[in-house]
Amino acid sequence: MLVQYIPVFLVIAVAIVFAVATVFSSEIFGPKRPTQAKLSTYESGMKPVGTTHERMSVKYYLVAMFFIIFDLEVIFIYPWAVQFKKLYIENGISVFVSMVIFLVVLELGYLYAYKKGGFKWD
Amino acid sequence: MNIYDIVFYLFAAITVLSAFFVVTTRNIVYSAYYLLFTFFGVAGIYVLLGADFIAMVQLIVYVGGILILILFGVMLTNKITSVEIKTGSVQVVPAAVGVALLAGILMASMVDTKWRSVETAMPSATTQGIGMLLIQQYAIVFELLGILLLIALIGAASMARK
Repeated sequence: MLVQYIPVFLVIAVAIVFAVATVFSSEIFGPKRPTQAKLSTYESGMKPVGTTHERMSVKYYLVAMFFIIFDLEVIFIYPWAVQFKKLYIENGISVFVSMVIFLVVLELGYLYAYKKGGFKWD
Repeated sequence: MNIYDIVFYLFAAITVLSAFFVVTTRNIVYSAYYLLFTFFGVAGIYVLLGADFIAMVQLIVYVGGILILILFGVMLTNKITSVEIKTGSVQVVPAAVGVALLAGILMASMVDTKWRSVETAMPSATTQGIGMLLIQQYAIVFELLGILLLIALIGAASMARK
Protein backbone atom coordinates (compact mmCIF):
# COMPACT_ATOMS: atom_id res chain seq x y z
CA MET A 1 0.00 0.00 0.00
CA LEU A 2 2.77 2.41 0.93
CA VAL A 3 4.44 1.63 -2.36
CA GLN A 4 1.51 3.22 -4.20
CA TYR A 5 2.32 6.54 -2.58
CA ILE A 6 5.91 6.69 -3.79
CA PRO A 7 4.94 8.85 -6.82
CA VAL A 8 3.11 11.22 -4.46
CA PHE A 9 6.15 11.53 -2.22
CA LEU A 10 8.32 12.08 -5.30
CA VAL A 11 6.08 14.90 -6.52
CA ILE A 12 6.14 16.53 -3.08
CA ALA A 13 9.94 16.20 -2.90
CA VAL A 14 10.41 17.67 -6.39
CA ALA A 15 8.02 20.50 -5.60
CA ILE A 16 9.86 21.40 -2.41
CA VAL A 17 13.29 21.22 -4.07
CA PHE A 18 12.10 23.27 -7.04
CA ALA A 19 10.48 25.94 -4.89
CA VAL A 20 13.46 26.30 -2.56
CA ALA A 21 16.00 26.18 -5.40
CA THR A 22 14.31 28.82 -7.56
CA VAL A 23 13.85 31.24 -4.69
CA PHE A 24 17.33 30.89 -3.25
CA SER A 25 19.29 30.52 -6.49
CA SER A 26 18.27 34.00 -7.62
CA GLU A 27 19.27 35.21 -4.17
CA ILE A 28 22.67 33.52 -4.43
CA PHE A 29 23.58 33.92 -8.11
CA GLY A 30 21.73 37.09 -9.08
CA PRO A 31 23.61 40.40 -9.24
CA LYS A 32 22.75 42.93 -6.53
CA ARG A 33 22.95 46.56 -7.59
CA PRO A 34 20.22 48.24 -5.58
CA THR A 35 18.98 51.70 -6.46
CA GLN A 36 16.30 53.83 -4.89
CA ALA A 37 13.79 52.85 -7.57
CA LYS A 38 14.55 49.16 -7.29
CA LEU A 39 14.14 49.13 -3.55
CA SER A 40 10.76 50.86 -3.55
CA THR A 41 7.62 48.82 -3.13
CA TYR A 42 6.52 47.15 -6.34
CA GLU A 43 3.02 48.18 -7.29
CA SER A 44 2.73 47.25 -10.97
CA GLY A 45 4.75 50.24 -12.11
CA MET A 46 2.62 52.76 -10.24
CA LYS A 47 4.00 55.03 -7.55
CA PRO A 48 3.11 53.35 -4.26
CA VAL A 49 0.52 55.32 -2.31
CA GLY A 50 -1.23 54.82 0.98
CA THR A 51 -0.72 52.06 3.46
CA THR A 52 -0.94 48.33 3.04
CA HIS A 53 -3.12 48.10 6.11
CA GLU A 54 -6.37 48.69 4.35
CA ARG A 55 -9.65 47.41 5.53
CA MET A 56 -10.80 44.42 3.49
CA SER A 57 -14.42 43.95 2.53
CA VAL A 58 -16.18 41.13 4.33
CA LYS A 59 -17.30 40.00 0.87
CA TYR A 60 -14.00 38.16 0.54
CA TYR A 61 -14.88 36.02 3.51
CA LEU A 62 -18.11 35.08 1.81
CA VAL A 63 -16.16 33.82 -1.18
CA ALA A 64 -14.06 31.70 1.18
CA MET A 65 -17.23 30.20 2.64
CA PHE A 66 -18.63 29.41 -0.80
CA PHE A 67 -15.31 27.81 -1.63
CA ILE A 68 -15.50 25.51 1.40
CA ILE A 69 -19.01 24.38 0.50
CA PHE A 70 -18.01 23.48 -3.05
CA ASP A 71 -14.88 21.89 -1.61
CA LEU A 72 -17.12 19.60 0.41
CA GLU A 73 -19.12 18.86 -2.70
CA VAL A 74 -15.94 17.66 -4.40
CA ILE A 75 -15.31 15.23 -1.54
CA PHE A 76 -18.53 13.39 -2.31
CA ILE A 77 -17.88 13.37 -6.04
CA TYR A 78 -14.43 11.89 -5.57
CA PRO A 79 -15.30 8.36 -4.26
CA TRP A 80 -18.12 8.22 -6.79
CA ALA A 81 -15.77 9.05 -9.65
CA VAL A 82 -13.15 6.55 -8.47
CA GLN A 83 -15.67 3.75 -8.53
CA PHE A 84 -17.89 4.92 -11.38
CA LYS A 85 -17.13 2.13 -13.84
CA LYS A 86 -17.92 -0.66 -11.42
CA LEU A 87 -21.00 1.10 -10.12
CA TYR A 88 -22.25 1.69 -13.65
CA ILE A 89 -21.86 -1.96 -14.58
CA GLU A 90 -23.71 -3.07 -11.46
CA ASN A 91 -26.46 -0.46 -11.23
CA GLY A 92 -26.79 1.11 -14.64
CA ILE A 93 -27.71 4.72 -15.32
CA SER A 94 -29.16 5.35 -11.84
CA VAL A 95 -25.61 5.89 -10.59
CA PHE A 96 -25.26 8.84 -12.90
CA VAL A 97 -28.74 10.14 -12.10
CA SER A 98 -28.17 10.17 -8.35
CA MET A 99 -25.01 12.25 -8.80
CA VAL A 100 -26.88 14.62 -11.13
CA ILE A 101 -29.57 15.09 -8.47
CA PHE A 102 -26.86 15.83 -5.91
CA LEU A 103 -25.26 18.38 -8.18
CA VAL A 104 -28.55 20.00 -9.20
CA VAL A 105 -29.50 20.47 -5.55
CA LEU A 106 -26.22 22.29 -4.97
CA GLU A 107 -26.60 24.23 -8.19
CA LEU A 108 -29.84 25.66 -6.79
CA GLY A 109 -27.81 27.04 -3.92
CA TYR A 110 -25.31 28.46 -6.38
CA LEU A 111 -28.09 30.19 -8.29
CA TYR A 112 -29.50 31.59 -5.06
CA ALA A 113 -26.09 32.94 -4.08
CA TYR A 114 -25.67 34.41 -7.56
CA LYS A 115 -29.09 36.12 -7.50
CA LYS A 116 -28.41 37.37 -4.00
CA GLY A 117 -25.31 39.10 -5.29
CA GLY A 118 -22.82 36.96 -3.42
CA PHE A 119 -20.32 37.18 -6.26
CA LYS A 120 -20.49 40.94 -6.82
CA TRP A 121 -17.54 42.98 -5.72
CA ASP A 122 -18.68 46.54 -5.07
CA MET B 1 13.16 0.24 12.03
CA ASN B 2 11.80 -0.20 8.54
CA ILE B 3 10.75 2.34 5.93
CA TYR B 4 7.26 2.48 7.43
CA ASP B 5 8.63 3.62 10.79
CA ILE B 6 10.87 6.20 9.16
CA VAL B 7 8.00 7.72 7.22
CA PHE B 8 5.82 7.68 10.32
CA TYR B 9 8.42 9.52 12.40
CA LEU B 10 8.93 12.00 9.57
CA PHE B 11 5.24 12.90 9.49
CA ALA B 12 4.99 12.84 13.27
CA ALA B 13 7.93 15.23 13.48
CA ILE B 14 6.37 17.54 10.88
CA THR B 15 3.07 17.53 12.79
CA VAL B 16 4.48 18.06 16.27
CA LEU B 17 7.11 20.63 15.31
CA SER B 18 4.75 22.74 13.23
CA ALA B 19 2.08 22.50 15.94
CA PHE B 20 4.71 23.75 18.38
CA PHE B 21 5.45 26.71 16.14
CA VAL B 22 1.73 27.42 15.71
CA VAL B 23 1.43 28.18 19.40
CA THR B 24 4.82 29.83 19.92
CA THR B 25 5.02 32.14 16.90
CA ARG B 26 4.23 35.75 17.71
CA ASN B 27 2.82 36.59 14.29
CA ILE B 28 -0.65 35.17 13.74
CA VAL B 29 -0.16 34.88 9.97
CA TYR B 30 2.87 32.68 10.51
CA SER B 31 0.78 30.62 12.93
CA ALA B 32 -1.77 30.03 10.19
CA TYR B 33 0.96 28.94 7.78
CA TYR B 34 2.48 26.57 10.32
CA LEU B 35 -0.99 25.11 10.77
CA LEU B 36 -0.80 24.11 7.10
CA PHE B 37 2.14 21.84 7.88
CA THR B 38 0.36 20.41 10.91
CA PHE B 39 -2.63 19.46 8.77
CA PHE B 40 -0.32 18.07 6.12
CA GLY B 41 1.53 15.90 8.63
CA VAL B 42 -1.75 14.54 9.98
CA ALA B 43 -2.80 13.71 6.42
CA GLY B 44 0.43 11.79 5.98
CA ILE B 45 -0.26 9.80 9.14
CA TYR B 46 -3.75 8.98 7.83
CA VAL B 47 -2.13 7.62 4.69
CA LEU B 48 0.15 5.45 6.80
CA LEU B 49 -2.85 4.12 8.70
CA GLY B 50 -4.41 3.05 5.42
CA ALA B 51 -7.20 5.64 5.62
CA ASP B 52 -6.69 7.04 2.15
CA PHE B 53 -10.12 8.67 1.90
CA ILE B 54 -9.71 10.44 5.24
CA ALA B 55 -6.26 11.60 4.15
CA MET B 56 -7.75 13.05 0.98
CA VAL B 57 -10.52 14.75 2.95
CA GLN B 58 -7.92 16.13 5.33
CA LEU B 59 -6.00 17.62 2.43
CA ILE B 60 -8.99 19.05 0.59
CA VAL B 61 -11.01 20.32 3.55
CA TYR B 62 -8.37 21.29 6.09
CA VAL B 63 -5.34 22.23 4.02
CA GLY B 64 -7.43 23.60 1.18
CA GLY B 65 -10.50 24.94 2.89
CA ILE B 66 -10.27 25.59 6.61
CA LEU B 67 -6.85 27.16 6.26
CA ILE B 68 -8.18 29.57 3.62
CA LEU B 69 -10.97 30.45 6.03
CA ILE B 70 -8.47 31.08 8.83
CA LEU B 71 -6.23 33.19 6.60
CA PHE B 72 -9.22 35.19 5.40
CA GLY B 73 -10.26 35.68 8.99
CA VAL B 74 -6.79 36.94 9.84
CA MET B 75 -6.71 39.15 6.76
CA LEU B 76 -10.07 40.71 7.55
CA THR B 77 -9.45 41.32 11.23
CA ASN B 78 -5.70 41.96 11.52
CA LYS B 79 -4.39 45.52 11.44
CA ILE B 80 -7.76 47.15 10.96
CA THR B 81 -6.98 49.52 13.77
CA SER B 82 -3.66 50.45 15.26
CA VAL B 83 -3.95 47.41 17.53
CA GLU B 84 -2.10 44.46 16.10
CA ILE B 85 -3.12 40.95 16.97
CA LYS B 86 -0.23 39.29 18.72
CA THR B 87 -0.28 35.84 20.15
CA GLY B 88 1.31 35.34 23.52
CA SER B 89 1.38 32.98 26.45
CA VAL B 90 -1.00 33.66 29.31
CA GLN B 91 -2.11 31.42 32.18
CA VAL B 92 0.99 29.25 31.85
CA VAL B 93 0.60 27.38 35.15
CA PRO B 94 -3.02 26.18 34.72
CA ALA B 95 -2.26 25.23 31.13
CA ALA B 96 0.80 23.25 32.20
CA VAL B 97 -1.25 21.40 34.82
CA GLY B 98 -3.97 20.62 32.29
CA VAL B 99 -1.51 19.43 29.67
CA ALA B 100 0.34 17.28 32.21
CA LEU B 101 -2.96 15.71 33.31
CA LEU B 102 -4.05 15.02 29.75
CA ALA B 103 -0.66 13.59 28.85
CA GLY B 104 -0.75 11.38 31.94
CA ILE B 105 -4.22 10.05 31.11
CA LEU B 106 -3.22 9.37 27.50
CA MET B 107 0.02 7.68 28.50
CA ALA B 108 -1.71 5.56 31.15
CA SER B 109 -4.40 4.42 28.73
CA MET B 110 -1.74 3.72 26.12
CA VAL B 111 0.27 1.55 28.50
CA ASP B 112 -2.81 -0.19 29.91
CA THR B 113 -4.34 -1.09 26.58
CA LYS B 114 -3.57 -4.58 25.37
CA TRP B 115 -2.57 -3.77 21.80
CA ARG B 116 -3.21 -6.45 19.24
CA SER B 117 -0.07 -6.50 17.18
CA VAL B 118 -0.93 -9.66 15.27
CA GLU B 119 -2.27 -7.98 12.20
CA THR B 120 0.60 -6.43 10.30
CA ALA B 121 -0.83 -6.41 6.79
CA MET B 122 -1.80 -3.00 5.47
CA PRO B 123 -5.56 -2.53 5.03
CA SER B 124 -6.79 -2.12 1.49
CA ALA B 125 -7.82 1.21 0.01
CA THR B 126 -11.07 2.60 1.38
CA THR B 127 -12.15 5.12 -1.25
CA GLN B 128 -13.69 2.53 -3.58
CA GLY B 129 -15.73 1.01 -0.76
CA ILE B 130 -17.01 4.41 0.29
CA GLY B 131 -17.98 5.15 -3.30
CA MET B 132 -19.94 1.90 -3.52
CA LEU B 133 -21.75 2.45 -0.22
CA LEU B 134 -22.52 6.08 -1.04
CA ILE B 135 -24.35 5.19 -4.22
CA GLN B 136 -25.87 1.82 -3.38
CA GLN B 137 -26.70 1.52 0.30
CA TYR B 138 -26.73 5.14 1.39
CA ALA B 139 -28.11 6.82 -1.71
CA ILE B 140 -30.79 8.67 0.29
CA VAL B 141 -28.20 9.89 2.78
CA PHE B 142 -26.09 11.04 -0.13
CA GLU B 143 -28.91 13.16 -1.56
CA LEU B 144 -29.70 14.50 1.92
CA LEU B 145 -26.04 15.55 2.19
CA GLY B 146 -26.61 17.58 -0.95
CA ILE B 147 -29.55 19.31 0.74
CA LEU B 148 -27.45 19.91 3.86
CA LEU B 149 -24.78 21.59 1.77
CA LEU B 150 -27.52 23.57 0.01
CA ILE B 151 -28.73 24.85 3.38
CA ALA B 152 -25.19 25.89 4.28
CA LEU B 153 -24.82 27.63 0.94
CA ILE B 154 -28.10 29.53 1.33
CA GLY B 155 -27.13 30.44 4.86
CA ALA B 156 -23.83 31.86 3.65
CA ALA B 157 -25.50 33.66 0.76
CA SER B 158 -28.19 35.22 2.90
CA MET B 159 -25.41 36.82 4.93
CA ALA B 160 -24.31 38.66 1.80
CA ARG B 161 -25.36 42.23 2.29
CA LYS B 162 -26.32 44.26 -0.69
